[in-house]
Amino acid sequence: MAEATKMNNEASMAGPAGAAADEKARIGAPSSAPAAIAGFSEEGESLSELNTGTAQHGLKKHSHGNAPVVPEASRGERLKSYRLEDFAPLTGREEDWRFTPLNRLRGLHTEPLTGTGPSVRVSGASNIQVETVGRSDARIGSAATPEDRISAAAWAAADGATVVTIPANTVADAEVTVTVLGADKAPAAQHLIIEAGAFSTAVVVLDHSGSATLAQNVEIVVGDGARLTVVSVQEWDDDAVHVSSQQAKIGRDARFKHVVVSLGGDLVRLTPSSVFTAPGAEVEMYGLYFADAGQHLEQRLLVDHAVPNCKSRVTYKGALQGQGAHTVWVGDVLIRKEAEGTDTYEVNRNLLLTDGTRSDSVPNLEIETGLIEGAGHASATGRFDDEHLFYLMARGIPERDARRLVVRGFLTEVIQQIKVPALEERLALALENELAAGNL
Amino acid sequence: MSTLEIKDLYVSIVTEQGSKQILKGVSLTINTGEIHAIMGPNGSGKSTLASTIAGHPRYTVDSGSITLDGEDVLAMSVDQRARAGLFLAMQYPVEVPGVTMTNFLRTAKTALDGKAPSLRHWTKDVKQAMSQLRIDADFAQRNVNEGFSGGEKKRVEILQLELFRPRFAILDETDSGLDVDALKVVSEGVNREHAKGEMGTLLITHYTRILRYIKPDFVHVFVDGRIAEEGGPELADRLEEEGYDRFAAATPAVEA
Repeated sequence: MAEATKMNNEASMAGPAGAAADEKARIGAPSSAPAAIAGFSEEGESLSELNTGTAQHGLKKHSHGNAPVVPEASRGERLKSYRLEDFAPLTGREEDWRFTPLNRLRGLHTEPLTGTGPSVRVSGASNIQVETVGRSDARIGSAATPEDRISAAAWAAADGATVVTIPANTVADAEVTVTVLGADKAPAAQHLIIEAGAFSTAVVVLDHSGSATLAQNVEIVVGDGARLTVVSVQEWDDDAVHVSSQQAKIGRDARFKHVVVSLGGDLVRLTPSSVFTAPGAEVEMYGLYFADAGQHLEQRLLVDHAVPNCKSRVTYKGALQGQGAHTVWVGDVLIRKEAEGTDTYEVNRNLLLTDGTRSDSVPNLEIETGLIEGAGHASATGRFDDEHLFYLMARGIPERDARRLVVRGFLTEVIQQIKVPALEERLALALENELAAGNL
Repeated sequence: MSTLEIKDLYVSIVTEQGSKQILKGVSLTINTGEIHAIMGPNGSGKSTLASTIAGHPRYTVDSGSITLDGEDVLAMSVDQRARAGLFLAMQYPVEVPGVTMTNFLRTAKTALDGKAPSLRHWTKDVKQAMSQLRIDADFAQRNVNEGFSGGEKKRVEILQLELFRPRFAILDETDSGLDVDALKVVSEGVNREHAKGEMGTLLITHYTRILRYIKPDFVHVFVDGRIAEEGGPELADRLEEEGYDRFAAATPAVEA
């Protein structure tokens, strides 16, 4: 790397003690003495706190001498492999697993993924192709290479794949819904491929529900000039565990929109990525997550600007309520030396609605060329804003309604990006239920 | 006819240096149909009085009382005060992302009246009030105060005043930051509402120029947390000529 800049702005916040520096008076706030934040010491974050229960062979906190992983110098150098054995067993102290409570993965990282797994049903558009193919199908591996152990394990274990193809020059005559319905909790693997042919247009919704322990690979091929929206909805039952790698390969002048909506599940960890392969393409990646008590919702994304003149925008917004609600957002944007003319911006916002919640937000921007249009990121995690609350209450709106008004407003921005009215309506209703459940 | 009565009010705020007394014994009575102007230099406690009446939690009432027709305002929550008929036009209206003006206005009106406004009349009222205040129609679909200029925010405060029809309006430096045209538009809005004869007004201002458009019945000069002088409209004229200097000389310097 001749000229490289690496920016990492890491922020963690927990309510309410995380906001203790801000002693502004609060309206209607629960009164409680500031307490120590779980996972933090006075020196900062205890990296392995979440995973002490899974540390193996006498590894102790901060004993980095035994750590199996050398930190990568660049996000672009992360190990990619189809072979499970290339990835060391997880300890929970790896950079990309440090926030994930491994002991709640229900064996996804240790057990053979032999369960039958959730059923897959594709409905909607009539002018697309849906196939179930075997492991030898040439399309497997056309967009993705596993970047972590669970993804590699799922790759090795999946019997085959469900392939949804939007033929070239075709406008799908309706949205495509891939219903992934889980029925049991045996650790299982699943492989989905979405291929949008050149100059095709489609919206594909991955609709996850039921109960599952699922390691999933989703490959997305966005052909030259194609316009593809992929929405991944996680409305799992409370006990579900879902680890999903969703890698997209973006063709010339293509438009790709990826929307994540995570509401259900005990532990959901998504790693969406967009890799530009030819100039002129634009990517928008949106996310909405709402963590209730005890839920762990994690998203780690990558935008890889490997070619010139592409544009990316990332907007993830999350709300948290209830004891032990934890969200993680890590946004990696890599602008490689060749990627002149890149224009990128990513933003993450989190709203802590109650005490006992924790949100980690880590935007990373790596820039290897100065010849770009723009590159930036922003992250803000805050309590429900007291001045908003005062303004609305001063207009006669009771506190509870005022809070709902603001949370709804905060999150619907992402829902409005889906542009599938029936789904938007369903998710808006699901949000109302979340708000009601939190007694907000 | 209603009465808003403030009696011997002492208010403090908590700062990093500890508690600081801002209001030091303020008494003031406002009746329906009256316009009271409160004038004074920066830091004299004018805005503190406004925020305290509205119930902002930053301000602690140490002693004294505020009553609305005998009801204890200080015992009410912020939203209860609004529903009792108090309206604060804020000096710095906040942006509320994600909540459209339309949604906000209807939600507030419903909360204030205890029932949803009749849709047909309400839409008409909003449109008319917006056009009188020269607010573009597209503001209705924008988020509350988001990206509005300073003048637009103030006009939207007066829009709410006209739509919500409070018993008492407290205008906290509504004139500051307005150009002459906007000042006229905003003043006309206040005068329109006042002319209906069902509202008392507390007009807080640093400058005398708004008093050319809104004529006060009473003028109170605030200095160092107290009312230093009271009188009729002629007092405002005198202040315009002499400024606040003669008060500053007579009292200890006001801290920050």
